[in-house]
Amino acid sequence: MGQVDMMKKVPVSEQPAAERAHNFQEVCLGYTREEAMDEATRCLNCKNPRCVSGCPVSIDIPSFIMQVKEGNVQEAYDIISLSSSLPAVCGRVCPQETQCEGVCVRGIKGEPVSIGKLERFVADTAREMGIVPKGADEKKNKKVAVIGAGPAGLTCAGDLAKKGYAVTIFEALHKPGGVLMYGIPEFRLPKEAVVEKEIENVKALGVEIITDFVVGRTATIDSLMEDEGFDAVFIGSGAGLPKFMGIPGEQALGVFSANEYLTRSNLMGAFKEDSRTPIMVGKKTVVVGGGNVAMDAARTALRLGSEVTIVYRRSEEELPARVEEVHHAKEEGIIFNLLTNPVEITTNEEGWVNGIDCIRMELGEPDASGRRRPVEIPDSRFHIECDTVIMSLGTSPNPLIHTTTDHLDADKHGCIIATEDVGLTSREGVYAGGDAVTGAATVILAMGAGKAAAAGIDAYLSK
Amino acid sequence: MFEIVVKKTLGPKITLYEVKAPFIAKSALPGQFLIVRIDEEGERIPLTICDYDKEKGTITLVVQAVGAESTRMESLQEGDCFADVVGPLGRPSELTELSPEELKQKKLLFVAGGLGTAPVYAQLKWLHEQGCPADCIQGARTKDLLIMIDEMEEVTDTLYLATDDGSVGIHGNVTVALQQLHDEGKHYDLVIVIGPMIMMKFVCELTKKLGIPSIASMNTIMVDGTGMCGACRLLVDGEVKFACVDGPEFNGHLIDFDQAMQRAKLYKDQETRILLRDQEKETHHGGCGLCSE
Repeated sequence: MGQVDMMKKVPVSEQPAAERAHNFQEVCLGYTREEAMDEATRCLNCKNPRCVSGCPVSIDIPSFIMQVKEGNVQEAYDIISLSSSLPAVCGRVCPQETQCEGVCVRGIKGEPVSIGKLERFVADTAREMGIVPKGADEKKNKKVAVIGAGPAGLTCAGDLAKKGYAVTIFEALHKPGGVLMYGIPEFRLPKEAVVEKEIENVKALGVEIITDFVVGRTATIDSLMEDEGFDAVFIGSGAGLPKFMGIPGEQALGVFSANEYLTRSNLMGAFKEDSRTPIMVGKKTVVVGGGNVAMDAARTALRLGSEVTIVYRRSEEELPARVEEVHHAKEEGIIFNLLTNPVEITTNEEGWVNGIDCIRMELGEPDASGRRRPVEIPDSRFHIECDTVIMSLGTSPNPLIHTTTDHLDADKHGCIIATEDVGLTSREGVYAGGDAVTGAATVILAMGAGKAAAAGIDAYLSK
Repeated sequence: MFEIVVKKTLGPKITLYEVKAPFIAKSALPGQFLIVRIDEEGERIPLTICDYDKEKGTITLVVQAVGAESTRMESLQEGDCFADVVGPLGRPSELTELSPEELKQKKLLFVAGGLGTAPVYAQLKWLHEQGCPADCIQGARTKDLLIMIDEMEEVTDTLYLATDDGSVGIHGNVTVALQQLHDEGKHYDLVIVIGPMIMMKFVCELTKKLGIPSIASMNTIMVDGTGMCGACRLLVDGEVKFACVDGPEFNGHLIDFDQAMQRAKLYKDQETRILLRDQEKETHHGGCGLCSE
């Protein structure tokens, strides 16, 4: 065991920025066994572990870290598996800094324990060792339909399968995974090596996944329950509808939603040379927005060979993206144009984008979200030359399900209304969770909701 | 996997595929479409539904081999499978919300251009089953490109054929034919037009002049077909709409066709490059100016 600085995280190796800016391989390379065991020694194994309450799925973090410290990967994996079906995913994409690591006692004086990287180490090593989660010993004679094979749906399905229910997931796209497949890029979350393997693990629990099935169109929730004999339904259909700004020129050739850009690259593999799905690679790309999706779109365009500028109307402090993602983006050479707001996309005679007009902003009084509201600076309009614009302004839930299901209530934003504790909707036996309920949020919050709903469905069907 | 149970040639490069897809067949209504992927490498391509058989659990597609994927599709045979068929997508025709009594009140005219005949057939057949057959103008460049005439005859009240070269039916395109019907004193309450965008544009311009409400079905670029990507967005009455979830059918007098046609060209270069790569395989040496990237 090496000398460990108790105040600092054991550093994790990364692909050098200059190199990774030109490929789609993973940025973070993860801990080696030795590094993980060293990092595990930094855990104080607190009596009242704040990290556990900071985790939306309440993983018994100190216990699994104690096993890592001893080098017991199987045991560590079993502990995590009690709470999470997707540890290799969460270890990579969870905002640990605002969850488990954000409340870690070790973090009061120094850096918190690198819980995310340790989780990833356990999941990756378990996979390499061929460890798979255990299914239920006894089957129950009840059928549950799960709508959407994203983080919420996979978690809910996994938990119910472990309890012995016959679970079928209905997925609209041709591959399961939801945002893990279409949204988050390969360089942050490898598809074949990580996502597909974790989905295989959920299937190993006995979950059936039917792709190419759009609930609300191919069949409705009512027909699944009445004709196909499902006793309960979980809706985890996510928030897939992209928003646009409504500024002039947004219909021009070369303006894309981040969803389109990322779906082409991630789900359809358009970043590969022999892909049959086209993608537009500009010389200069402007990405509008400051969230994780904006970072993903920007870093994808960069890797495809474009110069990339991010335009965001607030300041760096308010960037909604994870600090690590912003840091990586900067390292790779993404230009940040902050306190800047687009007002018009300009085009050439053929209708192609040739630039974007923006105005400068300054921060005023705090708004309802508590963040200082950006205010336009008069006469500050200026032009940025570009041939591609990617709009990354957030997404809202698809109205398809609540508009095709009788008596299923949604709010004015199209979010399905569900109880906070177990996700029960206005329909008996129908539960919902994740972005479909909250609007666009994070993978782990969706998983937390899927987990809570699984408990709710179990209680309902055990009555 | 979705098995092809019948494959039939309907015309030059025009092929009909009847595919096993019981859930889709059960839910399909006229006006809706599908997204199809040939195999694991395939692109997701939107295709209209020509017919569906709830008993047999099949749906029917008609495809013209013009792009890279539709050309590749021709090599599939009966017994082969599509990797993916998703649907039925989009909103069904508004006519499906009306009762047979309400439908009988309306004098409907369909205008089918080229391959647009396939989705028009689905609508005419449905109306025929409701006991309210409608009229139809079916147009194409030349006689050989007029598909499914017998089937169309069977479900249409009066079928008018029109060819640009006059090889059969009215000499002229569908707009000429429509003007002719109008001049003969035929009255219609609603025109539903499906075909190439340019044709739909001119038909809608004419019906606007003639004061006939019109509906056009927009075949835009799409990726997922469920509202996620926004590639299919178009302006209708100055408002951004998604063809996949708000349509594909819209008020033809309010669609910005010029912009829609411009947007349809978005990936033309890339698609041509893929088509060339397929045709010439390793022997493609460039020089065309398209593959310089």
